[in-house]
Amino acid sequence: MRIHFELAALKKIKWQEYAIRFLFGGAITAVAGILANRFGPVVGGLFLAFPAIFPASATLVEKHETEKKQNAGMAGTIRGRQAAALDARGAAMGSIGLACFAISVLKLLPVCSSAVALLAATAVWCTISTLIWRLRRVARVP
Amino acid sequence: MIQLVFRFIIGGVVVSLFAVLGDLLKPQSFAGLFGAAPSVALATLGLTIFADGKLYAAEEGRSMIAGAAAFFLYACLCVHLLARKRWGAAAATVSSLALWLVCALGLWLLLLR
Repeated sequence: MRIHFELAALKKIKWQEYAIRFLFGGAITAVAGILANRFGPVVGGLFLAFPAIFPASATLVEKHETEKKQNAGMAGTIRGRQAAALDARGAAMGSIGLACFAISVLKLLPVCSSAVALLAATAVWCTISTLIWRLRRVARVP
Repeated sequence: MIQLVFRFIIGGVVVSLFAVLGDLLKPQSFAGLFGAAPSVALATLGLTIFADGKLYAAEEGRSMIAGAAAFFLYACLCVHLLARKRWGAAAATVSSLALWLVCALGLWLLLLR
C-alpha cells in the first residue's frame, strides 16, 4: 500500500481527543524542563524520548477501529487491538529514527546553527524511519 | 513559572501537530512512526538552546539516545502485549511505561552517570 493522506480521518477525531494529546505533550515537555533544571541535562535528556503521546494515540486507534467494525455489525475488539499493534510496530521503527535524531543533535548542534541542526536532525528521523518501514515491507516481515 | 507555562504551551502545540500528521497518514503502520516522532524533543531542545545554549542542549541529545533505546524496547513490549496477549491498548501502553522507565534509568546508571 502506498503512503497517502486521508483527510476524512480528521472528521472522526473529536476535539477532546486533540485536547488530551495537547495536555500530555505540554505536560511531558514541562516535566522534561523541570528534570533538566533539577538534575541536569543528562537526566533531562532521557525524557526527550519519553513515549508521551503514544498511549493516547494507540488507544484512539483501537477505539476508532472497534467502532468501525461495530457499526458494520461485528464485535470489533480483536480488530481494534490488531490496529493498535500495527501502530506500536510503527512506533518501534520510529524509535530507531528517534535514536538517529538524538545522535544528529549531539553531533550537529556544536558545529551548526541551531535551526539547521534541528531541521537536519528531523530530516534524519523522517528518512531513517521511512527507510526502515519501506525495507520491512519489501522484506514482507509480518 | 512563566517559563514552565511557555514550555507547556509550546510542547502541547508541537506534539499536537505531529499527532495530526500521524492521524492523516495511511497506512496505519506508517502513521505509527509518528508515535515516536521527536515532538517533545524539538519543543524542549528549542527552548533549552534559547535558555542555556547549544552545548547544554547537545548534552541532552547524548542521553536522549538512551531514552530512544528504551522507547524501542517499550514499543516491542506493546506489540507483544497487543498482538500476542490480546491486551487492550490502554492497559498495554500504560503498563509498559514501567519498562521504559526501568530501561532509561538503567542505561543512565550503566553508561551515562
